[in-house]
Amino acid sequence: MLELQHISYTVKDENNNDKHILKDISVKINDRFVAVTGPNGGGKSTLAKIISGIYTPTSGRIILDGEDITDLSITERAKKGISFAFQQPVRFKGITVKDLICLSAGKNLKINEACEYLSEVGLCARDYIKREVNASLSGGELKRIEIAMIIARGTKFSVFDEPEAGIDLWSFNNLIQVFENMHKKINGTILIISHQERILDIADKILVVADGRVADFGHKKDILPGLLGGKQIACKTLIDKL
Amino acid sequence: MNQIQKDLLEQIAGIHEVPQGAYNFRMNGEGAGRNTTENIDIVTKTDKPGIDIIIKPNTKNESVHIPVILSQTGLTDLVYNDFYIGDNADVTIVAGCGIHNGGDEKSQHDGIHSFHIGKNARIRYIEKHYGEGDGNGENVMNPTTIIEIDQKGYMEMETVQIKGISSTKRDTIAKLGEGATLIVKEKLMTHGNQYAETNFNVDLNGADSSTHVISRAVAKDDSKQLFVSKINGNNRCNGHTECDAIIMDNAVVQAIPEITAANVDASLIHEAAIGKIAGEQIIKLMTLGLSEKEAEEQIVSGFLK
Repeated sequence: MLELQHISYTVKDENNNDKHILKDISVKINDRFVAVTGPNGGGKSTLAKIISGIYTPTSGRIILDGEDITDLSITERAKKGISFAFQQPVRFKGITVKDLICLSAGKNLKINEACEYLSEVGLCARDYIKREVNASLSGGELKRIEIAMIIARGTKFSVFDEPEAGIDLWSFNNLIQVFENMHKKINGTILIISHQERILDIADKILVVADGRVADFGHKKDILPGLLGGKQIACKTLIDKL
Repeated sequence: MNQIQKDLLEQIAGIHEVPQGAYNFRMNGEGAGRNTTENIDIVTKTDKPGIDIIIKPNTKNESVHIPVILSQTGLTDLVYNDFYIGDNADVTIVAGCGIHNGGDEKSQHDGIHSFHIGKNARIRYIEKHYGEGDGNGENVMNPTTIIEIDQKGYMEMETVQIKGISSTKRDTIAKLGEGATLIVKEKLMTHGNQYAETNFNVDLNGADSSTHVISRAVAKDDSKQLFVSKINGNNRCNGHTECDAIIMDNAVVQAIPEITAANVDASLIHEAAIGKIAGEQIIKLMTLGLSEKEAEEQIVSGFLK
């Protein structure tokens, strides 16, 4: 279980004034599949980066399975079982897809073992395994490799930041299947930031973050109709998107 | 061979013992073993130190190893090696120099390699430079490579210097004939107070000749690198030079690409980029459980792979 206790995150804007990105967020996440949604600029990605340790909260505590991990580094949190799929995957010159899959799995994999992870995200593994993770790969390919890395890590708490962004429609249908499969298999929690109704629809719970606060959090059946029916004022942008 | 010499050989040539095919070993300034084959002859020069490597026309799938090992401190070694590659031959040549300098004096190896590549011949030339030592003596290597490629000849040159060379000046001069191709892949890492200078000068003289010069370099600590790459397009031709460098710590990297087109159908491109490791690359690898240092090492070794 991951518990966020009164998490706030404040930065300075260009005029040196305080800009409050996250405002006193408290939430307990103890489900297999939680979707985080809400308007752009509402603080969702910041929340993901706070969980993975890339940002340090201005105040508040983060508790993973009873242990306070607020002061742990990115590396230490990764070792405790937190994984994070970036919204914009990083490119590396010279590092191959296989290298990244092996680093994710934490061991040297045989080609066919590494290929299995790529097949799961709908990439023809033989074509990709030796490719460099550089500018020659498309945005959609990189996103799928990013997801394959999280599957290879197989940790107890996996965060995905808008996995659907930059993926074409054909790939998107496959992506939904990937997450449906993950939902069935995972031995932990998936936290997925998304604007897509079909992703929200496979979630157990939905967390709505707007204006740096928890606008709503509950079972899908209670939250989704409100989001889609326009009752949730905070989510006008989302409704437009959907 | 003692263990130090065996280790150096492993580093520069990837071999543990005597290789297959033709070879010539040079240790501490002297010949230390040679093998020739029916198609590949190796002859000691009489006018100056060095050897002629003569590969008969139509020789296919053979290799030549000519490693040089210096394990004696304070030695300065200069050699002239000339390669004559017959028409239609297809061979691999592995050169390279390893220095183990256990003393406080300078050890230096300067190799001047000339390639005469015949019509339709293909060669792959691999050159690795490596230094080590527990003394304060400098390890210096100044390789010069002179290349002439005849009609439709092809040469791929991989030149690698990863560790332990205090100072190096590497000059490569090439002249390409009609339809000839030269591919150069340079990988270089400097650390400490090392200095590395690379000069490529390629004349694309023949119609439809082409070259691609690729350099990937990492400069750490207080090291300095200078990369100069000149391509002259004197005919209908294609030339591309790219230098990509990672800079760390207090290092200095200078890249000077220069392309000159002297023919309206010459198509030449230069690219040069120098920058530190992107922070997001380190963060990504840290989210996989690597420490910051491990992430940096992984990025550098991938870049130089």
